[in-house]
Amino acid sequence: MTIRAENLTWKAGKTVIVDDVSLAAEPGKMLGLLGPNGSGKSSLLRLLAGLRRAHAGQVTLDGADLSRIGRRALARRVALVEQHANTDANVTVLDVVRLGRTPHRSALSPWTSADDTAVETALSRVGLTERRGQFWQTLSGGERQRVHIARALAQAPSEIILDEPTNHLDIQHQIEILKLVASLPVTSIVALHDLNHAAMFCDRLAVMNKGKLVAMGTPEEVLTEDLLREVFGIRCHIERSPHSGKLHIHYLF
Amino acid sequence: MSFISRKFGGQAGLGLLALLSLLLLALAIGAGVGTGELPIPLDTTYFAITNRLGWTAVPLDRIHESVIWDYRLSRALVAACCGAGLALCGAILQSLLRNPLAEPYVLGVSAGASTGAVSIIVLGLGAGTVTLSAGAFAGSLAAFLFVVLLASGARGGADRTILAGVAASQLFNALTSYIVSTSANAQQARDVMFWLLGSFGGVRWPEFQLVLVMVILGFAICLYYARALDAFAFGDDAASSLGISVSRVRVILFAVTAMMTATIVSMVGSIGFVGLVVPHAARFIVGPLHMRLLPACVAVGAIFMVLADIVSRVILPQQVLPIGVVTALIGVPFFSVILYRAKRAA
Repeated sequence: MTIRAENLTWKAGKTVIVDDVSLAAEPGKMLGLLGPNGSGKSSLLRLLAGLRRAHAGQVTLDGADLSRIGRRALARRVALVEQHANTDANVTVLDVVRLGRTPHRSALSPWTSADDTAVETALSRVGLTERRGQFWQTLSGGERQRVHIARALAQAPSEIILDEPTNHLDIQHQIEILKLVASLPVTSIVALHDLNHAAMFCDRLAVMNKGKLVAMGTPEEVLTEDLLREVFGIRCHIERSPHSGKLHIHYLF
Repeated sequence: MSFISRKFGGQAGLGLLALLSLLLLALAIGAGVGTGELPIPLDTTYFAITNRLGWTAVPLDRIHESVIWDYRLSRALVAACCGAGLALCGAILQSLLRNPLAEPYVLGVSAGASTGAVSIIVLGLGAGTVTLSAGAFAGSLAAFLFVVLLASGARGGADRTILAGVAASQLFNALTSYIVSTSANAQQARDVMFWLLGSFGGVRWPEFQLVLVMVILGFAICLYYARALDAFAFGDDAASSLGISVSRVRVILFAVTAMMTATIVSMVGSIGFVGLVVPHAARFIVGPLHMRLLPACVAVGAIFMVLADIVSRVILPQQVLPIGVVTALIGVPFFSVILYRAKRAA
């Protein structure tokens, strides 16, 4: 039991963006969401995070309808890491991570030791303990992404949703972020572009195309040459890597 | 940045800062009361107040006392409240719209309030303080809705909001001019100038009571939402995913901003750029977190406006410059600096 989508449909104007999608995340596992640009991944993640209201179908959290859970209660359970969320405000790393405690505090309640513990744990988990005082504007893309993940962890969620967390990062930081997410003791749903990374790090994969869910299962079940040709329009050869033991996709041209 | 947290740090530094700003405000108000055709020494002002409170019984010049109580003290206090309120509005709008250039004047809210107030005067719907405020409130709310609808219709974006604000300013200023040129007589036309440039002349104790209540109320509500405002730093969706009821907070804070602006504009006319300059100065002193920023805006705004009022009275001999002219002369160069820096960052 965790986040489950049942026959979700969402439209922007008259265009159907998410079309009758049903899927379920497994507790403590990492679910990768794949699909071409414009296939509805981001919109689906926003629906799952409760930021958009579905036009049909519903999202449930432990069996309860998401739209009936209050915003604050939801934010204590589900954290979202957006793609390139940026700010002009002159905040420090610590300021941003502390934002994660927002749903746990009322408007005027003081900062508690529990808040402190959550923030410290989150900072050390992403390896930014020493850099808490650094200003946001001075951080690199990879560091910013780690700060966002720490902020999400400070929310103490049981589910964490990440929208292309590795986008625009160099390969070292891509691997670093994915390793970090895979090691988190929470259920995670991650939109990804790199199919080999998805095969390496995700426990299960869901593939979207033109708003519909076209495949769902373990990387071995999902990543087939036929499916990748159909969805991404590419030719490839897939084999098990002798180095990692995971599937590896060779692109052909 | 956030000069204080590095320099002093912790609660003690903030307490010291609060004390310092109260002292500065008291001195500024003292200077405001003392400045004019009849100069009044600071200690006379002090004793006039403590006499009235029953703490002392120092004999004072009757004329001095009369000038202090009947004219200058209420004027300085109204200026302080207006500065605090406008700075608060600027800080709130900059956070909610995520735009460093947002403030009531730039967004046309002040222009809307002027239109409302001018309609009340010229169309003769009775010009008591309350009805004038009601007209200004309706006007500022209309301008606000216009900006919000236009900006969201144009698919949002921080820059669009400012553009929508430009359109709102033009529209409401045109409406004001239309009303004045078609319906007003010469005397009314002169009165209307007052709304367009701002003036603290003619404000007395009843105005002070009204603006004090409004600003304290607005400040309390904004402070209650201080943490929610912090969560807006990364945008609406980020705030929402942190458990903030984004639309509710927006509606409430926009209404509070409109209410404060309307009260102030209906009383002293539209005064630009205070809401723009002060929050940036305050951010430089205490950093971007709203629990500190909002009180800092109130303090800095109050001091700034009292000083600006003094400048408006002494810069030309025998003449009072409209306060809006003074704030614009300080604000526009500042506006340019922010615009220039924003462009470099992007």
